Amino acid sequence: MVVDIKIRKKSDDLFHALADSTRRSIIRHTFEREHSVSDLARFYPMSFAAVQKHVAILERAELVTKRRSGREQLVRGNVLAVREALELLEQMEEVWRSRIDRMDQILAEDPKEGVMK
Amino acid sequence: MTVVNVQKDTEALTMTITAEFDAPIKRVWQLWEDPRQLERWWGPPTYPATVTAHDMTPGGGVSYFMTGPDGEKPHGYWRILEVDEPKGLAFENGLADDSGDPTPNTPSMIIRVVLSEQPEGVTRMAIESTFPTVEAMEMFLTMGMQEGMTGAVSQIDALL
Repeated sequence: MVVDIKIRKKSDDLFHALADSTRRSIIRHTFEREHSVSDLARFYPMSFAAVQKHVAILERAELVTKRRSGREQLVRGNVLAVREALELLEQMEEVWRSRIDRMDQILAEDPKEGVMK
Repeated sequence: MTVVNVQKDTEALTMTITAEFDAPIKRVWQLWEDPRQLERWWGPPTYPATVTAHDMTPGGGVSYFMTGPDGEKPHGYWRILEVDEPKGLAFENGLADDSGDPTPNTPSMIIRVVLSEQPEGVTRMAIESTFPTVEAMEMFLTMGMQEGMTGAVSQIDALL
């Protein structure tokens, strides 16, 4: 299906990146404002290198962007990419909206308890 | 409007939709309890559901398959976690193989349904869908919920 293929191509890296709670936390922090990698490393009980690795995965998935400022690497969250997760939840919403419409229809046809039993 | 509220949480990977029906709570419960009614609303007309087993007790389950426009028949299951008739139920919903057994290494989601009586004979129903990971959500939407995509795809097809 057209939509399936489109979503899958766009999201392979994205979902791998989002599947980790530290990485989701990094995104939250960097949405609010830019943080250096060493800043971020202070938030988590892990090494600078480990945090740097997480940031690299997020960067590859385009969930964050990185820029150099002097000796520091500054990381900023990419709002657009996270919006894709929201789009998936929106598809879920559509599925349930149409189910609820059909429920409504069934109830309108047989409003009384026990009729269909 | 039947749907009164929708909440999405991209971090908890939860979508909660709340609807109100002009019917008594026991009547609304039958939509879930009666397999013949369930199959009338679970899938759309283009992707109807057929319920092959239906045991709404904790530990029990529901087996079903959908029939797609090209004749494909994806199977699915519910594993019932909690039942509090007529006030609610919770179940795990996932993909199944042709014999109805859960397909290994495929995602499932948890669905919680809460029914409550409102004034003037109205019943409120809140349905919360939770995915374990974003990957699961994506896999479920692309593999297991073709029914939800059919409309979108046919719209795209119409444009091409």
